[in-house]
Amino acid sequence: MDDIVTEGLTKSYASGWPRRPPFVALDGLSLNVRRGEIFGFLGPNGAGKTTTLKILLGLVRATSGQAYLLGQPAGDVAARGRIGFLPESPYFYDYLTAEEFLGFYGQLAGLNRAAIYQRVEDLLGLVGLAEARTRQLRKFSKGMLQRVGLAQALIHDPELIILDEPMTGLDPVGRKQVRDLILSLRDRGKTVFFSTHILHDVEMICDRVGIVMKGRLVASGRVDELVRQDHTQSVEVVCQQLKVEGNALIHSLASRVLQQGQQCLIVLPNSDAVDALVGEIRRQGGRLLSVTPHKASLEDLFFQEATQQTSRPLPHMTSGRVS
Amino acid sequence: MGAISVIALNAFRESLRDKILYNLVLFAGLLIGLSVLLADLSITEHHKVIADMGLAAINLIGVIIAIFVGISLVNKEIERRTIYTIMARPISRASFIMGKYLGLSLTLFVNMTIMLAVFLLTLGLYHVPIQPSIFQAVALIFVEIMVVTAIALFFSTFTSTTLSAIFTLGLYVIGHLTADLRTVVATSESGPIKSLIELLYYLSPNLEMLNLKGQAAVGVAAAPEYVMMAALYGFMYAGVLLIGACLIFQQRDF
Repeated sequence: MDDIVTEGLTKSYASGWPRRPPFVALDGLSLNVRRGEIFGFLGPNGAGKTTTLKILLGLVRATSGQAYLLGQPAGDVAARGRIGFLPESPYFYDYLTAEEFLGFYGQLAGLNRAAIYQRVEDLLGLVGLAEARTRQLRKFSKGMLQRVGLAQALIHDPELIILDEPMTGLDPVGRKQVRDLILSLRDRGKTVFFSTHILHDVEMICDRVGIVMKGRLVASGRVDELVRQDHTQSVEVVCQQLKVEGNALIHSLASRVLQQGQQCLIVLPNSDAVDALVGEIRRQGGRLLSVTPHKASLEDLFFQEATQQTSRPLPHMTSGRVS
Repeated sequence: MGAISVIALNAFRESLRDKILYNLVLFAGLLIGLSVLLADLSITEHHKVIADMGLAAINLIGVIIAIFVGISLVNKEIERRTIYTIMARPISRASFIMGKYLGLSLTLFVNMTIMLAVFLLTLGLYHVPIQPSIFQAVALIFVEIMVVTAIALFFSTFTSTTLSAIFTLGLYVIGHLTADLRTVVATSESGPIKSLIELLYYLSPNLEMLNLKGQAAVGVAAAPEYVMMAALYGFMYAGVLLIGACLIFQQRDF
């Protein structure tokens, strides 16, 4: 069962000049987010992440394509009652106190007074703002606003939570709290769809990710699958008492060789040649110190995709990697 | 509580916290100060002058708030991006527009009630007889302000704050000159200009219909049927604009 489905979602904006082509913010984006998973939506600035989120919530109309949330067309008023949303760098009614603010959103969600009281109490504690409950939002720091915004998104205990850059503006402690909160939401059976450009967070908590570049989904799947599929692991071998200069075999196997005094670092492009290299080191009387496989990260994949898209003005989906 | 009333009460709370009602201090000072001054200057007609000026001040302050708060009602939400989290809730865009309109209307109603109380107190201080015509005039001023708020809200759903202010102010002025437009239509010899002004005449609100200040100041009451009809006209005009605002807002991207 998918909680979010988009099919060929396209959004273009008229340029304002008759002969200038329209600006294409989204170009046939298709993705699906399964119930109960944490899905990270990755992309550089201007890739189309926020536009996608806005279309899903009915804030922006798609030029073409379809989008469904919880089985209903995007923007369906009733379905929005089951969705929680935190926008990027949230701006709220700053004349309200934290509890008034959450109470207002609770009322908009149709909660009764007793339920609002209980949820406000719980959520302010959860996001660490119980002390600031009677303080106006205009006196909040950026991190506090982000946390009260998160509480706002959860006030009605939604099934699907959509977060636009939820880690932005948070210190390391705050980021960890948000990560833990997202994980606890998944443990309670909620679906979390969040956009970000902080790759470390995605790698740590997401079940699946989608990478969007120039309005197109260029990769989608489990983090380990994407990374394994796309990147050959490199291996770093460190040894001593080995003279590499003039050794044709080592130079043919290695992608990089660094000699520093007695120590030598040999970088292999993959693990295939490890045995051959170790054998050669021993034959030459060298002493092996370490063999470290270098695991490719999501960041490597992200940069690879970004580089490819920069060299191609209008990219096509990378076949086989888009689910 | 329905979504419209939640939005309306929050808009009312916003205007209170933004200290919009502080204008009342200005109003009271202006009214009482000028009344003292003019009552001394005018020997025979100071009753009329005080009543006239009080009604004009209520009207002026009401219209200023209606225009300048009305034009920013929707635009401010979009510019400050507060609309994102509101529209992500299970409420329709029409409910949002209606809630905002009713919230400002409530602010204006409270504002006008306090202004009326201060005005009546001033009349009492200067022994000016309080006639029913005063209440008729104030009631229609409120209707006029409702119309002006609807105009401001209508323009703010599709133009910038500055253009909304210009258009609203322009329509307010034209609304008080509809009788003159009709004269121009009758006397104009140029076909296109005649058609254009005729169109303007039919599209503009006839705000003079809601102006009873002159006769109220001298204690002449209008027929209750007239007041009813004028109020009905004003509310209908505002209603059509609100429907238009909802339809336009429905199509907007944020």
